[in-house]
Amino acid sequence: MIVDLKAFLAKEQPSWHELERALDALDAKMLDLGRLEESQRLLLLFERACSDLARMGEGTSEPQTRAYLEALVARGYAEIHSGSGGGRPIRPWRWLMVEFPRAFRRHAWAFGCSALLTVLGMLVGAILLVVSPEGRRVATAPFAHVALQSPSERVASEEKDVGHHRKALEGSASRFSAQLMKNNISVSIKAAAFGMTWGVGTALLLFYNGVILGAVCLDYVLDGQSVFLAAWLLPHGSFEIPAILMGGQVGLVLAGALVGWGTREGLRTRLRAVVPDVATLVGGLSLMLVWAGLVEAFFSQYHAPVIPYSVKIVFGGIECVLLVAFLAWSGRQKRDREDQG
Amino acid sequence: MNPTSLAFGTLKITTPEGITFSIRLAGPLSRGMAAALDFALVLVVCRMLSKGLAPLEAALPDLGAAFGMILHFVVSVGYGMALEWRFQGQTVGKRVMGLRVMDARGLHLTHSQVVLRNLLRVVDLLPLVYAVGGVACLANRRGQRLGDLAAGTVVVSVAAEAVPDVHALGALRYNSFRQYPHLEARLRQKVSAAEANLAVSALLRREDLEEAAAAEVFGEMAATFRKRVRFPEEAEQGLSSEQYVRNVVDSIFRSASRSEGSGLRR
Repeated sequence: MIVDLKAFLAKEQPSWHELERALDALDAKMLDLGRLEESQRLLLLFERACSDLARMGEGTSEPQTRAYLEALVARGYAEIHSGSGGGRPIRPWRWLMVEFPRAFRRHAWAFGCSALLTVLGMLVGAILLVVSPEGRRVATAPFAHVALQSPSERVASEEKDVGHHRKALEGSASRFSAQLMKNNISVSIKAAAFGMTWGVGTALLLFYNGVILGAVCLDYVLDGQSVFLAAWLLPHGSFEIPAILMGGQVGLVLAGALVGWGTREGLRTRLRAVVPDVATLVGGLSLMLVWAGLVEAFFSQYHAPVIPYSVKIVFGGIECVLLVAFLAWSGRQKRDREDQG
Repeated sequence: MNPTSLAFGTLKITTPEGITFSIRLAGPLSRGMAAALDFALVLVVCRMLSKGLAPLEAALPDLGAAFGMILHFVVSVGYGMALEWRFQGQTVGKRVMGLRVMDARGLHLTHSQVVLRNLLRVVDLLPLVYAVGGVACLANRRGQRLGDLAAGTVVVSVAAEAVPDVHALGALRYNSFRQYPHLEARLRQKVSAAEANLAVSALLRREDLEEAAAAEVFGEMAATFRKRVRFPEEAEQGLSSEQYVRNVVDSIFRSASRSEGSGLRR
């Protein structure tokens, strides 16, 4: 098949240019595909460009025209076949109250595995703490103050020098809060991203976090400082720990899609299926960590007598209950109504 | 039918209409350059933010430092997300290098894809300067780093394509071959479609060729056409190889242009 290029271009170029202008207008949001005549015209021009591309054939020796037409058809294809999903505006409130908890519940199994890995780590951390001083040093390595002071000594110093401690906090609470948010979000993103190592990196990270958490907690409990520990950890930990577990949940969801147990779908299809939930969960856990950072810097670090331990424990307990209720029930009724509709 | 397939350096997509088009995948060098440009830009933005926040930090040291820390974090994590989201898969670096992120099925990016491919950068960056991502790109026929693989995206080259202007060839003032219509007719019979179109293509790109390369290309073409049909010496006298090819193209396509129709000759 010979393309008489001059005649071919003379005849077809005007419609290509019209399609190009329409696509440019779409990019600039100046064309409304909601109007029937405009969308029909765009479809007609696209189909004509497709037809011209087919007529040129694979083996054409006019690569420049073919490349131009391919680029044009690719643009048109993306506009016509993408649907409205990609460009749909985000509704933040609906995303937070409906999509986030639903995404969490859809992958609750991964959250359970994430929690289990952390609990295993906590058990190992507790055992390391108990068996030998060397084990205690290893398990609490990231917290130098834990290794240097016993929990009772630390609690005594926190409660004794309240004025100095408070002054020091007030001078750096915002910075401390920002640092906490940044570090925790980074850790959670890593836990999520390491899912691409078939979950090995995620599992190691969760387990290691568990080791440290288990050792520190048991250290305080054995020293009779359970109340201080609960008052210290609960206000921020009730959001921070679930958020980090959610990071692990995301990692395990990705790992599950990579491994693909119990499904005949291909790798790309499996990954594509989890992408929206993964992005939603990461967004949600980031918000949780922002809250946890604020609470840790401006509330958790103030001990009795500044803030009574009972107040801190009740506050943390209420947070826990609200979070569980939110993740378990938020968005359920709406979905039911939609299903019925 | 698989709607996507791969040839060397290109992603072929078959539309529901049955049309196959190809998209050129970006090479590792251009992607590396784009990443370096983006990295430099993030550094500059962070530095400007630090300078902008200096008065606040002087007045309220704690709050200023906290703002600075958060803004640096947001810029470094959110730069790629925000720009790829807003500019349909392009950051500044990608725009400069003529690259674009797109869905591996040829569709528009979704918000989730943008978020995920940028979040997984933390793994691709390990242990240093995109080592994991680079190895993944080289091992993957679509050139996808781990973030692209998970999000179902590819980075493609979007160099602007223009319609070739065949009118630029212009009409010959004089074609010595026209005096021999029977030889022109034989030429149209003997020269294949691919050879004729190749000659048009070469003439359209004449200005892009170095003199030596042009002489070689047109010399070979003229020799090929001469083998097909031999015009009398007086018709070829004084013709350069390039002019010979122009005459051949004029002889073939002048006749074709006269025939009305779809613009295609079978």
